[in-house]
Amino acid sequence: MDSFFNRKYVIQTIFIVITLTLLIRIFYIQVIDKQYLLSANNNVLRRLIIYPARGIILDRNLKVLVQNEPVYDLMVIPGQVAAFDTLAFCNLIGIQKNIFDSQFVRSKKYSLYRASVFEKQLSAKTAAALQERLFEYPGFYVQNRSVRYYPDSIAAQFLGYIGEVNDKEIEKSGSFYNKGDYIGKSGIEKSYEDLLRGQRGVRNIMVDVHNREKGSFFEGKYDTLAVSGDNLISSLDKRIQQFGEQLMNNKIGSIVAIEPETGEILAFVSSPSYNPNMMVGRQRGNNYMKLLNEGTKPMFIRPTQAEYPPGSIFKVINALVAQQFKTVDYNTVCSCPGGYRYGYRGFMKCTHVHGSLNLIGAIQESCNTYFGYTYAKMVDKSGLRPINGYRKWREAVSKFGIGSKLNIDLPAERKGLLPTAELYTKRWKSEKWGSGFNISLSIGQGELGITPLQMANVAAIIANKGYYYKPHLIKAIGNKKIIRPEFTQKNYVGIDTQYFSPVIEGMSRVVKQGTAYYSKINDIEICGKTGTVQNPHGANHSVFFAFAPRINPKIAIAVVVENAGYGATWSAPIASLLIEKYLRDSITRPKYYTDRLLNANLLPKKPALKISLTAIDSINKKIKADSIKKNILPKLKPKLNDTLKIKIPKPSIKKLKDTLYETLKPKPSR
Amino acid sequence: MINQRSFFFNVDWLSILLFLFLITIGWFSIYAAVYDENAVYIIDFSSNSGKQLLFIMVSIMLGVVILLLDSKFFYVLSPVFYGLTIMLLVAVLLIGRNVGGNQAWIPIGSFRLQPSEFAKWASSLLLARYISSLTGKLNDFSNALPAIVILIFPMLLIMLQPDTGSALVFLALVFTLYREGLSPYFLVAGFMMIILFVCTLLFTKLVVIIVISFVSAFIIYYFYKKNKRIVATTIATFILSVVFIFSVDFVYNNVLQAHQKSRIDLLLGLINDPKGAGYNVNQSKIAIGSGGLLGRGYLQGTQTKFNFVPEQSTDFIFCTIGEEWGFAGTSTVISLYLFLILRLIFIAERQRSSFSRIYGYTVACIIFCHFFINIGMTIGLVPVIGIPLPFISYGGSSLISFTILLFILLKLDANRMGII
Repeated sequence: MDSFFNRKYVIQTIFIVITLTLLIRIFYIQVIDKQYLLSANNNVLRRLIIYPARGIILDRNLKVLVQNEPVYDLMVIPGQVAAFDTLAFCNLIGIQKNIFDSQFVRSKKYSLYRASVFEKQLSAKTAAALQERLFEYPGFYVQNRSVRYYPDSIAAQFLGYIGEVNDKEIEKSGSFYNKGDYIGKSGIEKSYEDLLRGQRGVRNIMVDVHNREKGSFFEGKYDTLAVSGDNLISSLDKRIQQFGEQLMNNKIGSIVAIEPETGEILAFVSSPSYNPNMMVGRQRGNNYMKLLNEGTKPMFIRPTQAEYPPGSIFKVINALVAQQFKTVDYNTVCSCPGGYRYGYRGFMKCTHVHGSLNLIGAIQESCNTYFGYTYAKMVDKSGLRPINGYRKWREAVSKFGIGSKLNIDLPAERKGLLPTAELYTKRWKSEKWGSGFNISLSIGQGELGITPLQMANVAAIIANKGYYYKPHLIKAIGNKKIIRPEFTQKNYVGIDTQYFSPVIEGMSRVVKQGTAYYSKINDIEICGKTGTVQNPHGANHSVFFAFAPRINPKIAIAVVVENAGYGATWSAPIASLLIEKYLRDSITRPKYYTDRLLNANLLPKKPALKISLTAIDSINKKIKADSIKKNILPKLKPKLNDTLKIKIPKPSIKKLKDTLYETLKPKPSR
Repeated sequence: MINQRSFFFNVDWLSILLFLFLITIGWFSIYAAVYDENAVYIIDFSSNSGKQLLFIMVSIMLGVVILLLDSKFFYVLSPVFYGLTIMLLVAVLLIGRNVGGNQAWIPIGSFRLQPSEFAKWASSLLLARYISSLTGKLNDFSNALPAIVILIFPMLLIMLQPDTGSALVFLALVFTLYREGLSPYFLVAGFMMIILFVCTLLFTKLVVIIVISFVSAFIIYYFYKKNKRIVATTIATFILSVVFIFSVDFVYNNVLQAHQKSRIDLLLGLINDPKGAGYNVNQSKIAIGSGGLLGRGYLQGTQTKFNFVPEQSTDFIFCTIGEEWGFAGTSTVISLYLFLILRLIFIAERQRSSFSRIYGYTVACIIFCHFFINIGMTIGLVPVIGIPLPFISYGGSSLISFTILLFILLKLDANRMGII
C-alpha cells in the first residue's frame, strides 16, 4: 500500500463515467434516434419502378386501334465502358461522332455506375444488329420498352397521343409521375389516363456504395407487381371511321356519327388528320412542330372544337320548338313570296319562291320565309316582351345541347355559342329589340356556333324523338363492361314526342325528293337535312345531318365540309355512304359516285395568293399601268407569299353592316 | 510463497477469458465486414478474416511463451526493448512504406510491421522500471523529467510519420503518472484545456474570457478572507487560461493540419459535410444507428456489407458490431472492455512490486485510451483519430502488441508473490 492508494478510485471513476457517456450516446443513436435507419435504407435501397403495359384501345368490334410495340433503348454504364472503335459503333447505331461524344459526356456526368439512356428508340433492325456485336462494347446494353403503335393510322384526334410529362403535370399529379414518364396528352389517351396507365410496380433492390445492384431486398417481400392498364373498348366503328377519313381526304371538316339508342360515337373524323404514328418515336418532336405549324391545323380537333353556324339544319330545331310553343302545328301554312320581309326595310331572301307550304314542306324545301315567320312569331308574339320571348326560345333550344358542353369524354371540348338576350341588349343598347334584330337565327345563321358533335347529337335527339344519351367514346372498360353512369341516363329535351313526326317526315322527304335527293339509298330510309352555311371568310360550308333508318334508327350523323358549297353536293353524299357502309357493310352506289367524293380536293386553293391578286387588281384600276410595273407590283409581291394579311373586302363589309343596322334600328317590329 | 509448479493456477484466468471473448468477437466481426455472399470461405488466407485467424494463433502462442518466460526478463530487458523500438521507429521513417500518407509500416514479406504499436508496451515497461526505481517524489521536476522524456521521445518519432493518433495514446499514461504521485493539477489542467479549446472554437474568445472572468471573480470573492492561497491559484489559473485561449487560434491554424482541423470542426458541428470530410463519421453513425436494439442479424448488415463504411475491418470495425448486433451487441462489447480495464486496475493494485503495479496501470490506460477514442469516433463523440479497437480491429501488429502488452502483465501478476 502506497500513499497514493486512494487515487485508484479517482481513475476508476473517470473511466466508468467516460464509458457510461459512450453507452448513453450509443443508446441514443441506436435506439432512440430513428433517422439513422432511414439514412441506412436510403443508402442501400433503390426503388425500381416497373412500368406496366399501357392499356390498348379497341374499336366496338374489338379491332385494335392502338397497341403497344416494343422499342429498344440503348443504355450505357460509363464506368464499365472499355476502349472501343467509336466510329464503327456510331455507324452501327446511326449517329454522328460528335453526338456520340456529347451524349457520352452527359451519361458520365449523370453517373459512372448507374445506367442511363444513351440513344432512345432504336429500330428493331438496328437493335438486332447491335445485339449481335454488343460483346465488343462492354458497358452498353439494350433495354426493351414499349411504345404506342397504330396499326391502321386512323382516328388520330380521337385517340390522342402520349408524351413525356412536363413539370406542371408532375406538380398537378402530386408527384405521382416522375420526370421521363409518359402521360396522355390529348384525346382518349388523356381523358382515360387513369385507367390506361395501369398500376406501377416497385422492385426494391439493394445497391452497394458504387450503386451496383446487390440483389433484392428481403427476397422481394416489399415488391409489388405492375398491373397492366385497362383495355378500353371504344365505341368507334373502325370500318366507317376509316372510310370516313378516306372520304374526307383533302377536305377540311368533320364527321361525327352517333348510335342514337346509346349515345356511343361511331365515327369521329377530323380532317385534315395526321398519321398518329408520327407522334411516336425519334421524330416525334419534329413532327409535332410540323403539325402545329401546318396551315390546315391538323391538331385542331374539329368535331368538338370547331364552331360553325349550323345553317339550315337549325330549322329542324326551330320547327320542334315552335310546335312545342304551339306557335305552329304541322298544318300551319305560310306563303313564301321568295323571302321574308321584316321590320322597316328588312328582307331575308329565300332560295325559291315556294308559294304555300306547311311545316313538312317547309323543312323539305328549307324555306327561309317559313322559318323567319315562325321565329318572329315565337319571339315577338309569345305574349311576353320580345326580349323574354327570345329568352324562352333560347331556353328551349339550349336543351338540345347547344351553347353548352356535352361533356364528352374527350378533353378540350368547346361549348359553342347560343347568344344570350343580354348580348343583344348590349349591342343595341336597349332592351326594346325583337326578332327583326336577329332574324338570321331562324335559319341557323348569325351569332350561332355549333360543333359537329352537337349537330350529330341533335340528329340523335330527333332519331330518339325527344331525348339523347351523352355522346361518349368508350363503350366498356376492360372486361368489366362498365362506363360512367352519366352515359346511361336519358336527357330529355322538353319536346313532346308527337311533334317529331312532321319533322321526321320532312327530313325523310329531304332525302327522298328534296335537296338531298342525290344521297338517297334504296331500301334505307334516311331522314336528313342539308345546310349551306354562309361564310363571310370564304366559300360556304357544306353541312348535312341525318339519321337512318327512319324506323328504329341505328345511326345519327353530322358531316361538315368547310368551303365546299352546298350541303347536298358534298356533305350529304358522304353521310349517305357512311350510313350505307355502317348499316349494310357494303356500298351499292356505282364506283364513280364514291370516287368523286374520294378524289375531290376541296382544300382552299392558296387563298392568300387569290385574295391578294384581286386586291392588286383593284389597285390596278386606280393606278396607271406603267407605274405598277415600276413600283407597286415589285413591292407587293413579296407580301403575297407570306400571309393573307392584305386587307381588302373588310371595309366594304363593315359599311354594309352599318347600313343594315341603320335600316333595322328605327322601329322594333311588334 | 506459491509453488512455481502451480503457476498456471496463479494466472488471472478471468482476464484471459475476457481476452478470448474479445478476439473471438473481433474475428467474427472482421469476417462479417469482408463477407461476400459470392465467395464463402471460412478460411481464406488472402482475406482479412483469414489473415486475422493467423494473427490470433500467433498471438495466443506468443501469450503462452510470455507466460512461460521468467518474469525478471521484462524488468531487465525493458531498456533493450525500448531501444529496439526506437530503432524501429527511426527505421520506419527511412525505409518504411507509406500507406495513406502515413509512413508507419515496415514491409516483411507479405506482412507489414507497425513499430508504433510495439512502442507502446516497450515505453510502458521502461516507464514502469524508471518510476519504480525512484526514491523521491514523482512530483519533483527532476524526477518527472526522465519519465516525460521516455514518453516524449517515441511520441515525437511517431508524429514524424505522421501518425498523430498513435502518438496521442501516450498522453493516456498521465493517469498512470497521476496514480504514482503526479499532482492532480495536471489532470485538472488537461481537462480545462480541452474545455477551453472546445469553447474557444465554438464561441468567440471574448465570450470565453468573460465567462472565466466571472467564475474567477466569484471564487476570489468567496475565498478572499478564508484562504489566500486559493485566491492566488485562481489568479494564476486565470492568467494562464487567457494565454491559452489566445494560443488556441495559433495552434488551430498553424499546428494542426487541414484534415485534423476539419475533423474537429465536424465534431463540433462547425461544418457539415456528409459527402466529403464528414463521410466516414456520417456513414459510421448510420451503420451503428441502423442497428437498433437487437441489430440486423449476423451477416445481414447492409451498410458494412456493401462497403458504405470505409476502413470497416480496421478502425471502423465497431460499425459492423453496431449494425449487426444492435445495442445489445455494442453494450456487451463496451461492458467487456470496462470489465477488462477494471480487472486490470484490480490486478495492478494487488501487485507487491511497484514495477508490476505501474506497468499494470499503463496497460489499463492504453487499452482504455484506444477503446474510448475508437468507439468515440465511430459515434461522433471524438474527432476521427485512426487508432484500432484493441483485440477486435483487424491488424497483426495491433493484435500482437496488445496481446504482448496484456500477457506481460498477466505473467507479472502470476508471479506477484515472487520478488522482482
